[in-house]
Amino acid sequence: MDRKTGKFQWLALLGVLAGFLVFAVSPVNAQQPTPSDDDVNRVARQMYCPVCENIPLDVCPTQACAQWRELIRLKLSEGLTDEEIRQYFAEQYGDRVLDVPPARGLNWLVYVLPPVFILGGVWLVVRVFRSMQRSPATIGGDSAESPPTPSAADDPYLARIEEELRRREREGI
Amino acid sequence: MLANIGFGVLVVSFITSLYGIIASVIGVRKNSLAWVESARKAMQITFPLISIVALAIILLLVTGQYQVQYVYNVTSSTMPLYLKITALWGGQAGSLVFWAWLMSAFTTAVTLRKWERDREFLPWVILVGLVTLTFFLALIIFFENPFVRFWVTASGNQVISMFPPAGASPLIPADGRGLNPLLRHPGMIIHPPMLYLGFVSFVIPYAFAVAALITGRTDDRWIRITRRWTLVAWLFLSLGLVLGSRWAYDVLGWGGYWAWDPVENAAFMPWLTGTAFLHSVMIQEKRGLFKRWNMILIILTYALVIFGTFLTRSGVLSSVHSFAQSAIGPMFFGFIALTMIFSVWLLVWRWQILHAEGTMHSILSREALFLLNNLLFMGILVVVFWGTVFPLISELFTGQKVTVGPAFYERSTGPLFAALLLLMGIAPLSAWGHSTVKTLGKALWKPALAALAVVVAAFAGGIRNVWALLGFLLVGLVIFITLFEYFRGVTARRRRTGEGWLTALFNLMARNRRRYGGYIIHLGVVLMALGIIGIEMFQTETQGTIPPGGSLRLGRYEVTFTRLDIFDANDGRNVARATVLVNKDGRTVGELHPRRDLYFDSMQPMTIPGVRSTIEDDLYVLLVDWEPISSTGVTFKVYHNPLINWLWIGGFVFILGMLVAAWPDKDPQPVPVAVRRGQAVPSRSGGD
Repeated sequence: MDRKTGKFQWLALLGVLAGFLVFAVSPVNAQQPTPSDDDVNRVARQMYCPVCENIPLDVCPTQACAQWRELIRLKLSEGLTDEEIRQYFAEQYGDRVLDVPPARGLNWLVYVLPPVFILGGVWLVVRVFRSMQRSPATIGGDSAESPPTPSAADDPYLARIEEELRRREREGI
Repeated sequence: MLANIGFGVLVVSFITSLYGIIASVIGVRKNSLAWVESARKAMQITFPLISIVALAIILLLVTGQYQVQYVYNVTSSTMPLYLKITALWGGQAGSLVFWAWLMSAFTTAVTLRKWERDREFLPWVILVGLVTLTFFLALIIFFENPFVRFWVTASGNQVISMFPPAGASPLIPADGRGLNPLLRHPGMIIHPPMLYLGFVSFVIPYAFAVAALITGRTDDRWIRITRRWTLVAWLFLSLGLVLGSRWAYDVLGWGGYWAWDPVENAAFMPWLTGTAFLHSVMIQEKRGLFKRWNMILIILTYALVIFGTFLTRSGVLSSVHSFAQSAIGPMFFGFIALTMIFSVWLLVWRWQILHAEGTMHSILSREALFLLNNLLFMGILVVVFWGTVFPLISELFTGQKVTVGPAFYERSTGPLFAALLLLMGIAPLSAWGHSTVKTLGKALWKPALAALAVVVAAFAGGIRNVWALLGFLLVGLVIFITLFEYFRGVTARRRRTGEGWLTALFNLMARNRRRYGGYIIHLGVVLMALGIIGIEMFQTETQGTIPPGGSLRLGRYEVTFTRLDIFDANDGRNVARATVLVNKDGRTVGELHPRRDLYFDSMQPMTIPGVRSTIEDDLYVLLVDWEPISSTGVTFKVYHNPLINWLWIGGFVFILGMLVAAWPDKDPQPVPVAVRRGQAVPSRSGGD
């Protein structure tokens, strides 16, 4: 058997195997036309009841929500992806059914504003810190040029505790 | 009769509060002690007066006076006595009375303290307390009167009013509508009062802050006076939040403890600013820094307390917790706006005298780390505030209210909480004034190594979730650092005094309750974090419909449905109660009874889970649905919540720490600052 024939046989074998796999898998899909409750809840968890505000769809006990969950099951069985189902519901009932606002239009603000505020806070903290390092101190001769340095004791931390205990005892606290 | 007495006393309380406001203003203007004393007396009288009002409502509720609209709305004859009493805060009008009553209790308690050293604060504290109280009393009298009754006019029309129209006779319904089923839980006894106590007690430090701004006495005296008030406020608010989480876990049937619901957020926001304030005031006490920032924080906290009440009471945002909605929203909005404008104006007016008395030298000093801690708390606040109000903004501009669900909050706040945990570990090791990488590293490396060992053990145990491993690292770090702090303190004390371990520990804590109580609080927080990591990252669930004898499997657990009983209870419920056997690793470990209660008076169902709790995890089973005719299929939802009970254990530790920290002791006199070169602890007073 020459090398070309060998390659062809390997390819043929792979083709048969692939065909077998497709054949083997297809009946499994056909035997599970109805998505499970867990599949439905996976999608419903990312949505909110269109009627009862602020109640996730997977836990809402109303009859309407039970019907919407069945609709999710139907859409899943039709082969729609989770995201396609979410979009379907958003088109039917508005963006309020989605657990987070879609990133478009005014909704961008919900995502952009908090980081901007936090970065602004970081900038402010840095500025305050720098300005304080520059400004002269007013407490007991403490100055930016001469920051207090840790004690030269073996363990400054223990020394600190001991000093503090001594001081508090002196003060009768 | 009782309703008339209650309303009459309510009006008298309102007039007394108004008089107190006027008297305190005159006292200030004329510099008259007599007028200020008169205002103080007026404030103290409001407490017994509003107590009579609250008592009148309770008597109406307990005796089933259904001709009173409030009683009709929140009670029914089948409700147990404890729920009839707690119905005082189960509806809009009653809860406002309860708010006002607690407010009057706290403000009265403040006026009973010795004022010799702080006489100039007194009229302003009374003024702020009474203005807040008067606002609530006005809301009750003019918008949410709990004493209005049903009447039938001569022409047969039904009328709701305080006093009978001419020729009208009382209309007495046979029974009431009953309390919202979600509120029919023992948690009703304690959760709302704790939250309300937390809310109203934050008014006290705000009142002192305003007094300090107006009088220009902007040293840390106002902080020292209100230190314990702030801790008490924080204690109650924290208790309210923890109890609320447990209640939600038990009653809502969502398998979780926190849903980032607007009303949950409303209580969480003042807690965030309050926590930042508790840390930040220490910087002012020790180093004379951040006076302005502390003022901003307490003003924010007060505004958020009123805003939280506004969110809960106005109905602008729907929530599973919004049990009361009415037209009082604009009033609240106006009050918040006015108090904010006034507070900001005061702040601007006094901006220059609120300058820092010290400097910050090192980014690793404790004050710098506390500043970072404040930044993180503010970051979380911005996320929570923005997520809460954005649906309103969206509706305002686009006409459509969007939903901002847990996914947004979890993704946004997760890294900030992680950073807070890290700071919680590092900050106690740093010194006031100055720390270096070397000193910090020396104190840190042993606990860090132990925490790393926890991560290695978790990895070896099969955990591969990177975020969970990071969470365990931070939790381990804080736990080991805290224990290490105790160990070092006790060792140092033993070396000095020769005391035994337990005596040394007790004395160490007794000598500095604030610091060591704070460490216990940190321990509580990380234990809670452990529970949160468990449920957020490892929760699994399954749902299925099974016949009697059928099973559902979830991980190592198997739930077998054995029977379903449907019956009418004698308290106005139809109960569907399932019995399931729980097997773990093939061994029967118990029996659970998830049920669905349908309340006849409101026709509202309640899903009560069956829960098997261990220190390791919870198995949480919900009865979702059933087929009533054939009983061939019952749908169960099963959650596996690993580590969740550490959340509640952490809550207990947290409360214990707060009790230690807030326990009364001698108020130390201010100690002159004596910071010299070469001294490791530059401190303005006590030894935190």
